[in-house]
Amino acid sequence: MAKALADVPPKGGFSFDLCRRNDMLVKKGIQLPGFRKTGTTIVGLIFEDGVILGADTRATEGPIVADKNCEKIHYMAPNIYCCGAGTAADTEAVTDMVSSQLQLHRYATGRESRVVTTLTLLKSHLFSYQGYVSAALVLGGVDVTGPHLHTVYPHGSTDTLPFATMGSGSLAAMAVFESKYKEGLSREEGIQLVSEAICSGIFNDLGSGSNVDVCVITKGKTDYLRNHQLPNPRTYVSSRGYSFAKGHTEVLSTKIIPLKAKPEVAVVDAMEE
Amino acid sequence: MAPPLAQWSNPLAMDSDLNDPHSMGTTIIGVTYEGGVVLGADSRTSTGMYVANRASDKITQLTDNVYVCRSGSAADSQIVSDYVRYFLHQHTIQLGQPATVKVAANLLRLFSYQNKNMLQTGLIVGGWDKYEGGQIYSIPLGGTILRQPFTIGGSGSSYLYGFFDQEWKEGMSKDEAEKLVVKAVSLAIARDGASGGVVRTVIINGDGVRRNFYSGDSLPLWHEELEPRNSLLDILSAGPANTPEPMSI
Repeated sequence: MAKALADVPPKGGFSFDLCRRNDMLVKKGIQLPGFRKTGTTIVGLIFEDGVILGADTRATEGPIVADKNCEKIHYMAPNIYCCGAGTAADTEAVTDMVSSQLQLHRYATGRESRVVTTLTLLKSHLFSYQGYVSAALVLGGVDVTGPHLHTVYPHGSTDTLPFATMGSGSLAAMAVFESKYKEGLSREEGIQLVSEAICSGIFNDLGSGSNVDVCVITKGKTDYLRNHQLPNPRTYVSSRGYSFAKGHTEVLSTKIIPLKAKPEVAVVDAMEE
Repeated sequence: MAPPLAQWSNPLAMDSDLNDPHSMGTTIIGVTYEGGVVLGADSRTSTGMYVANRASDKITQLTDNVYVCRSGSAADSQIVSDYVRYFLHQHTIQLGQPATVKVAANLLRLFSYQNKNMLQTGLIVGGWDKYEGGQIYSIPLGGTILRQPFTIGGSGSSYLYGFFDQEWKEGMSKDEAEKLVVKAVSLAIARDGASGGVVRTVIINGDGVRRNFYSGDSLPLWHEELEPRNSLLDILSAGPANTPEPMSI
């Protein structure tokens, strides 16, 4: 019975045939090329009068740091922002797609977007791709019903929490939140705690690093504090810049290879019939 | 001691289990009593070895008078209950009166059965309606439906079968039933590693719905469990006046 059901051709939607093929190839020992993943620390918390989101700024490709100052806090709506971890392309694509749907929804309704609307759009997209769109998100915003903070996982499950962390640095950041978070933090205390949690990820998790981005969302006002903290400045640059005198590098040998002569193209009359 | 080199070559290797799908290694319970039902659940959601949410709510509202306890994949059980809530809302409007528990349970069964190849979720539906009173339906993995006087589900339930066979009785009062549920969930939390956190209950009867919350440190202590106490860090940070010598504790 189960087999008969499995043989029924899919009615529509995304075809997972190639995903299954890739799983089979990996099992046979073939190395698939990796995607650019943001080994990441992203966090969010609810404070006295809104939501604060935070992120580090390192993007990695395997063991290589691909971008030392990338942006991981994505715009969803003027009152809603979203931190992304996982495959950089997927977090970027899914947040862009949903933010455009929200803009159209605002044109149609003439009302401020709600966080739950964003959450539903994100989770239904991620669920329909069964975890193959690898986007792990911390979604935060303030709408007519108050401040909201959610986490969204690649398989489409969601949680509602007063404080949340995601990405490879989530354990380091959660340790800070679990020991220091309390209800009714002030704006300054909130920003301080978020920065501390991100720094914990930056310094203790190899996948996270560089700077701290913070986004403070309150009723009617959003402050995006790009590079709020720079705990890893470049210490090896000269403040005056570098200049090298001509001839600074010794020429050891010279060899000149002449280019090949251009072959002449014979001009032939157009073919006739 | 230097860590092995292999660990360094891939800095993201250690979190591989964080990328596992979210599953609710769970304890969920539904019990009928004289006049209504009590639903109970723990609050742990885990990814591999990491507790992703220690205060989750696994007892989800479907209509005013019907709730569902979810177990298995978090994504799957959320999507199923979201769809069923949507259809029941429409059904309530078209009918002009509350949906029955049977209809709600049957709708969940339909989703679970038709998509059985793609879903990993076991559900317990509980509710009250004016036709049949309090009812519990269990909808396990394959998408079958069973009406039962009481039912248990999730990974923690394996520790509770004998307990329920002995302790469940026909015609319990509301308080007796809730006490039984809280005791059962706390027993499962003590023995099942995938269950934990707090105990949540929902009581549904002809008068309406009541939600209760039992925090982790208010639960009874079972065999060999220790009293909760402040950590050394709390004692040390309380101030120099009552700071003991660190090694004397």
